[in-house]
Amino acid sequence: MRLTNKTIIWIWAMLLPVAAAVAGPEIQHWKTENGSRVYFVSAPQLPMVDIRVVFDAGSARDGARPGLAVMTNGLLDAAAGELGEEEIAERLEGLGAQLGNSAQRDMALLSLRTLSDARYLDPAVEILATILSQPRFPDKIFQRERKRMLIGLRAEQQSPASVASKAFYRAVYGDHPYGSPSNGTVESLQALQREELEKFHKRYYVAANAIVAIVGDLSRDQAQALAERLVEKLPAGEAAPDLPEVKPLSMPVKKVIPFPSSQTHILVGQPGMTRTDPDYLALYVGNHILGGSGFGSRIMAEIREKRGLAYSAYSFFMPMRHKGPFQIGLQTRNDKAEEADRVLQETLQRFIEQGPTAKELEAAKKNITGGFPLRIDSNRDILGYIAMIGFYNLPLDYLDTFSQRVEAVTLQQIRDAFQRRIDPEKMATIMVGGE
Amino acid sequence: MQQTKRVSLLLLFCAVLIAGPALAQVHEFKLDNGLKILVKEDHRAPVVVSQIWYKVGSSYEYDGITGVSHVLEHMMFKGTKKHGPGEFSRIIAENGGEENAFTGRDYTAYFQQLEKSRLEVSFEMEADRMRNLLLPEEEFAKEVKVVMEERRMRTDDKPESLTYELLNAAAFVNSPYHHPIIGWMQDLESLETADLTSWYQRWYAPNNATLVVVGDVDPQQVYELAKKHFGPLKPSDLKPPKPRVEGRQRGLRKTTLRAPAKLPYLIMGFKVPVLKTAQEEWEPYALEVLAGVLDGGNSARLAKNLVRKQQLAASAGAGYNLYSMRQDLFLLDGTPAQGHTTAELEKALRDEIERLKTEPVSEQELARIKAQVVAGKTYEKDSPFYQAMQMGTLETVGLGWQRMDEYSDRVLAITAEQLQEVARKYLVDDHLTIAELEPLPLEEKTGNNNQGGEQHAAH
Repeated sequence: MRLTNKTIIWIWAMLLPVAAAVAGPEIQHWKTENGSRVYFVSAPQLPMVDIRVVFDAGSARDGARPGLAVMTNGLLDAAAGELGEEEIAERLEGLGAQLGNSAQRDMALLSLRTLSDARYLDPAVEILATILSQPRFPDKIFQRERKRMLIGLRAEQQSPASVASKAFYRAVYGDHPYGSPSNGTVESLQALQREELEKFHKRYYVAANAIVAIVGDLSRDQAQALAERLVEKLPAGEAAPDLPEVKPLSMPVKKVIPFPSSQTHILVGQPGMTRTDPDYLALYVGNHILGGSGFGSRIMAEIREKRGLAYSAYSFFMPMRHKGPFQIGLQTRNDKAEEADRVLQETLQRFIEQGPTAKELEAAKKNITGGFPLRIDSNRDILGYIAMIGFYNLPLDYLDTFSQRVEAVTLQQIRDAFQRRIDPEKMATIMVGGE
Repeated sequence: MQQTKRVSLLLLFCAVLIAGPALAQVHEFKLDNGLKILVKEDHRAPVVVSQIWYKVGSSYEYDGITGVSHVLEHMMFKGTKKHGPGEFSRIIAENGGEENAFTGRDYTAYFQQLEKSRLEVSFEMEADRMRNLLLPEEEFAKEVKVVMEERRMRTDDKPESLTYELLNAAAFVNSPYHHPIIGWMQDLESLETADLTSWYQRWYAPNNATLVVVGDVDPQQVYELAKKHFGPLKPSDLKPPKPRVEGRQRGLRKTTLRAPAKLPYLIMGFKVPVLKTAQEEWEPYALEVLAGVLDGGNSARLAKNLVRKQQLAASAGAGYNLYSMRQDLFLLDGTPAQGHTTAELEKALRDEIERLKTEPVSEQELARIKAQVVAGKTYEKDSPFYQAMQMGTLETVGLGWQRMDEYSDRVLAITAEQLQEVARKYLVDDHLTIAELEPLPLEEKTGNNNQGGEQHAAH
């Protein structure tokens, strides 16, 4: 091996303190000819490619038909272009490719993992492009999948966790599109027509409403050609319109749902924050201390470590386009439900009033920044980040500056943000369980 | 700042040129006290995963103390003389790490994921708690309650989990696979610290453990570091568990569980050999492929025939674990579609099994499964954690990590005739146990069903 300049740079880099040396991956960004935004990270170490295509076509776009977004997304690979349902599955699996799909509230996505060798990559990408642009939604398959979704609703009804989660979204979001039950209702699914899926696809699965994220063993030119092939058959279309603002709760809501389970599931929360929220970091770091980091966080300590009341006890902010939920949750045996609820409320109250201690903040910062390399240590992780950066229009250096921005958060900012944003007098509380 | 990333790629490139295939190799070491160390390099990112695997799990337990391995796993975070309760987690967190532990039937393992320069933090504390755990009474009193809540959450309030638990209890009479990993609730209620102390003293020793490290590390340095921290620990006189071999099953067993639920559910288990018990080494690989024929993706038979074509099942699956330490079950399960019964589902699953016996699997089907195995070999390299899991499992059940590298070649060698042969030999009624969930009404008023739930990762 000849020693090149680069090797010398490497040796030098190894001597730097680690925290300063770890940056995010180099993200390349461009637009396809018909207007899709593309985010690409070259990862030549493994001969594989991960692709994620994200549309602003989640259940927030359901309108009057809860379940529409999830069903449209789920039926994309059930016959498309010339290909039938069985052919799509057989061809992709014969290539060793893995196709995934899902729809949440903001996003609907398709993902593909394939070997980078053109013999596998090219036909797999061709199939994905066809699925995206020419799904046929055959009536027979539509009828079958509707029945399966109805069964899915029954499965939710036998799970206290699902019952609680559904009631939580209803209480927190009411009529806002985020309140639309993603998997539908019996009434909405029964009323649904296959033409509505076609219409939904035509409106939202368009280039201007799509983000393409690619991580893998490709050059920039190859990635560019791949992105074009993926979306070239999509009409340019228009991005989805903005959603209405999420309104804060005007009064506390408490819902107790009897259920024949040995535990009571407790969920407490409010509308939380957006992905581009000015308070994002203060709330994120604060929540890390409150209940977002497992052992040692306040909620875990009070509920589990000190009192043995629950196996899982947590809090999170789910940042979304508009205010995603802030939620605290636990599940405990029925006769301890009141005690656990009281401890939870007190813990939250105290945190809002006093904020974290200096010691807690320092520990949280060490954990978040020291763990930064772990967040981006695989192609799959990086794919998730760049798709998120693209979808929410975050700056390309989001990951590079992340640690530095976390370091800058102060005690005062956290206390201030929680006091302004979380109102313990107006929480939604859901309890699902037995006597 | 982009430079570190780019130059680390260069490093990988150089290493490939110099060392060739050595990069993917597993480096194996053993300390004088019997601790085995396996190291695999992955220089894609400046991180490391460290796992310590103990040869103990629920299959080492006997009646009356079921669940003790798992409760002990929880108590391993409750302090030594050097580090008080919760300190282990706090120190790992402060070093930017992620950590947890898991208990299986045949192993108990603890892991940390860290930026690579912090590996020593993990070694120092893992070595400490391997021999110096305190097991304070007041911590145990709280933690055993946490485990009971865990059992309620994972099993008692999930009718399908209860049915699966019952299936194992009915299928295995003498084998310790009879009882659940988390233990029976009644045993948890009578567990005492003395039970944990003797379990800890019996199994937690360097000569009963394997340390697995995968990441951006130098194997020799990992070995030196391990020697420094684990080297001084004393080995134990290990008394292996009794064989407790499952006797021959003579006839179909059927059992029913009635619980509040909305949907019926059916699970079937055939007793089959695994790599550890097989007379013919190819047979477990054939069973592995057979599980793929039935449930290896969307094009596999159960999804295609039962869910899509006949529309008898809302969902159906098959599963098999060839790395179990003892004879295990080849599983089939499913939920009937609306308007269909578990009896119809059972018949449809049995028809699929019959077909495996009478008709050879087509070339195309076999090729599809093999293509997925080949591609999967590359995909799994994106997850150092998964690779460490495989090495740890194989070593701990006594098969040896080398099996990991054999896997794809063995699977690729399986023929359609061999598939037919194992189906005929093992998927027969005399080896079969069936458990069925019969739904009882949920007390009504289970809330409005017109609300949607998004699944959150809790932590």
